[in-house]
Amino acid sequence: MKRVMGAALCALLAGGIAHANAETKLTIATVNNGDMIRMQKLTDDFTSKNPDITLEWVTLEENTLRQRVTTDIATKGGQYDVMTIGTYEVPIWAEKGWLAPLDNLGADYDVDDIMPAIRSAVSKDDALYAAPFYGESSMMMYRKDLFDAAGITIDGRLTWDQTLEIAKKLHKPDEGVYGICLRGKAGWGENMALITTMGNAYGARLFDENWNPTFDSAEWKAALDMYTNILGNYGPPGATSNGFNENLSLFNSGKCGMWIDATVAASFVTNPKESKVADKVGFTEAPCAATCTGANWLWAWNLGIPMGSQKVEAAQKFIAWATSKNYLELVASKEGWANVPPGTRMSLYQNPKYLEAAPFADETLLAIDSADPINSTMKPKPYVGVQFAAIPEFQGIGTTVGQQFSAALAGQMSVDQALSAAQSSTDRTMRKAGYY
Amino acid sequence: MENKQTPLGYISFSVFAWIVGLLIFFPIFWMVLTSFKTELEAVSIPPSFISFDWTLENYAEVQERSNYFKFAMNSVILAVGSTLVGLVFAVTCAWAMAFNPTKRTKDALLWMLSTKMMPPVGVLVPIYLVFRDWGLLDTRFGLIMVLFLMNLPIMVWMLYTYFKEIPTDILEAARMDGATLPKEIIFVLLPMAVPGIASTMLLNVILAWNEAFWTLNLTTSDAAPLTAFIASYSSPEGLFWAKLSAASTLAVAPILVIGWFSQKQLVRGLTFGAVK
Repeated sequence: MKRVMGAALCALLAGGIAHANAETKLTIATVNNGDMIRMQKLTDDFTSKNPDITLEWVTLEENTLRQRVTTDIATKGGQYDVMTIGTYEVPIWAEKGWLAPLDNLGADYDVDDIMPAIRSAVSKDDALYAAPFYGESSMMMYRKDLFDAAGITIDGRLTWDQTLEIAKKLHKPDEGVYGICLRGKAGWGENMALITTMGNAYGARLFDENWNPTFDSAEWKAALDMYTNILGNYGPPGATSNGFNENLSLFNSGKCGMWIDATVAASFVTNPKESKVADKVGFTEAPCAATCTGANWLWAWNLGIPMGSQKVEAAQKFIAWATSKNYLELVASKEGWANVPPGTRMSLYQNPKYLEAAPFADETLLAIDSADPINSTMKPKPYVGVQFAAIPEFQGIGTTVGQQFSAALAGQMSVDQALSAAQSSTDRTMRKAGYY
Repeated sequence: MENKQTPLGYISFSVFAWIVGLLIFFPIFWMVLTSFKTELEAVSIPPSFISFDWTLENYAEVQERSNYFKFAMNSVILAVGSTLVGLVFAVTCAWAMAFNPTKRTKDALLWMLSTKMMPPVGVLVPIYLVFRDWGLLDTRFGLIMVLFLMNLPIMVWMLYTYFKEIPTDILEAARMDGATLPKEIIFVLLPMAVPGIASTMLLNVILAWNEAFWTLNLTTSDAAPLTAFIASYSSPEGLFWAKLSAASTLAVAPILVIGWFSQKQLVRGLTFGAVK
C-alpha cells in the first residue's frame, strides 16, 4: 500500500514539475496608452499560438513605470521578463549591459522594415536591444477652418517667426480661441521635449563637444525668447500647467488655433468620439528657424528584456509577435487600420489601406524620417538624442532646467535669469559626474 | 464663565461648517460624477454638471481590463494584516512607555516619530535589495512587514496617549490580586482601552489602504493592491480621466463605507488628548 501511495505521490510530483516546465509565465511591465491596452486585449492570439506561455500584465503610469523598472533592472530584481522602455533608456541600459540583445526574433521578423531613425535609436553596435512597439515625432496640428477664416495659407515649412505671426492673428481669447497651445508643464519629458527641439531649430545644442552646457549661448536665448513670447502672449492662461493631455483637451474642445506636439495626437484629434473639431484639423511639420535639423523630436516605446532573465527565449517570442508586421494586420482586422500602432515599420506607410484610414500618415512619416538622434543639431555634439541627451544625468538636468524655463514662462524670472540658472545648475551636475 | 451661543451665531457656525464639509466632499463627489461621463465629457470646458449622457462604459472597461477583486482582496489583507501585527507590538510598547517610563521614554517616542520624517525614496534601494535577497518582492508577507513598520510609530503614539489616561492604580490592584503581566494587559488594560484601540486600528487600516509608495514599488502582480490598480489607469498620452475616476471610485468605495460607519470612533481617536 505504501509503495502504491509513494508511486502516486511521485507521479503527482512529476506531473506538477512537468506542468511547471510546460508553462512559462512572462511578466510584462507596460504603460497605459491606447496601443498598449489594445495589445493586452489581443493577448489570446499570442497564447493560442504559444500555449506554453502565459502573460501577466503590469500596467503603470509612465513616471511610476520608469522608477519601478529602473529600480528593478539596476538591482537585478528579476520582477519583469519584458519591459516597456523609451528611446532614452535603451542606449544607456544597453551600454551598461542591462539589456539582453534581441538576436532571435525569427526569420520572418523583417528587421530591415523598422524605420531607420527608430532602429538606430534602439541599437548598439548594429544589435537590436529593444524592439519598437510604436514611434512618434512632433508636428503641428492646426485648425483649417480658423486658418481659412483668417486668410492664412501654409506654403512650405513654417518658421517660428511665421508661426508667431499666425498665432497673433488667431488669438481671440474673448471668443475662447488661443493662438497656440504648447507644453508648459515642467519636466524633461514635458516642456523640455518641445523647448529642446526649438533650441535645435535655432542652432543651439545641450552640450558642446567637451560636454560643457551651452545655455549661455545666443541661440538658446533666441529660442527661449520665442517660447516665452509665443506661449506667454498667445497661448492659453495657466500654460505652465499644460502637458500633452491638457493641450489635447484644449485642442479637442476647439480652444487652440495651433498645437505642436507628438504625432500620436493626430489619431486623437481626428477621432469624432474624442474631438469636437475632428473634421477641421490640418497637419504640417514642426516649425524651423535657423535650421530644420532637430526641429522635431523622436520617441518610441520599445519592448526590451532585462539581462539575466531566465525566460529570454519566451520573451523574444512575445516581442517578435508584438512588434511584427503580422501584429499590425491583426490590429487592423480587429480594430481598423487607423488604430494600428504607428511609426515603427516602413511597410505600414506603403499600405494604401492605412494611408486611406489615417489622413495624418504622410506628415507622421515625414516627421519621423527627418528626426535623426545622431545628427540633430547644427553644430557638432557628443550625445545621442534629439530632444534629450542619452546620458544618465539628463533626467535630473532636464527636470531642473524645465522648472527654470517654466518659471520664465510664468514671469517669475526673466529669460536671462532662467538661462543663467540652467547653465550653472547643469555645469554643477556635469562637473560632479566627472565629465570634465 | 458661561458660554452662551446666540441663534445667529449657531446658524452662522452651522452654515460655515456645511460649506467646509461640502468643500472637502466635493472632490469625491466630482470623481464619482466623472466616472459616469465619457472621456470627452470628462474634459469638456466648461464642465457639465448633471446634464450629460450618463454611461457605465468606464466601469465596464475597468472590469474588462483588470481583476478588481484580486486587487481589493490584496488591499484588505495588507491593511488588516499590517494592523493586527502592528497592534501586537504597539500595545506592548505603549504599555511599557505609559506605565513603566524611564527618563529616556520621551526621547524614544520622539525618535520613533522622527523616522516618519525621512522620505521613503531615500531607503528604496536598500529595502529593495533586502526584499530581493530574502525573496519577499511581490509577496503579501513582505508588504505587511513594511506597512506595519511604517505605521508602528503612529500606533505607539496613539496607544501611549490612551494608556496614559488609564489610572495606574487599577493595574496595580490587578497585580495585587495576582494577575500576571499578560493577564494584566489582556484582561484589565485592553478592555478599558477598547475605544482607543479601535480608533488606532481604524486609522492604521486607512493609512495602510492608502499607502502608494511601497505598494507600487515592491509589488508587480501577485501582491499588488488597489493603489496599483488605480495607477494603471493614468495615461501620459490620451484621455483617461473618466476611466481613472471609475477605477478610483471602486478603490475608495470600501474604505469610504468603513469610514462612514466608524467616523465617531475615528474622530474621537484623532482628537483624543487635543483638549484637556
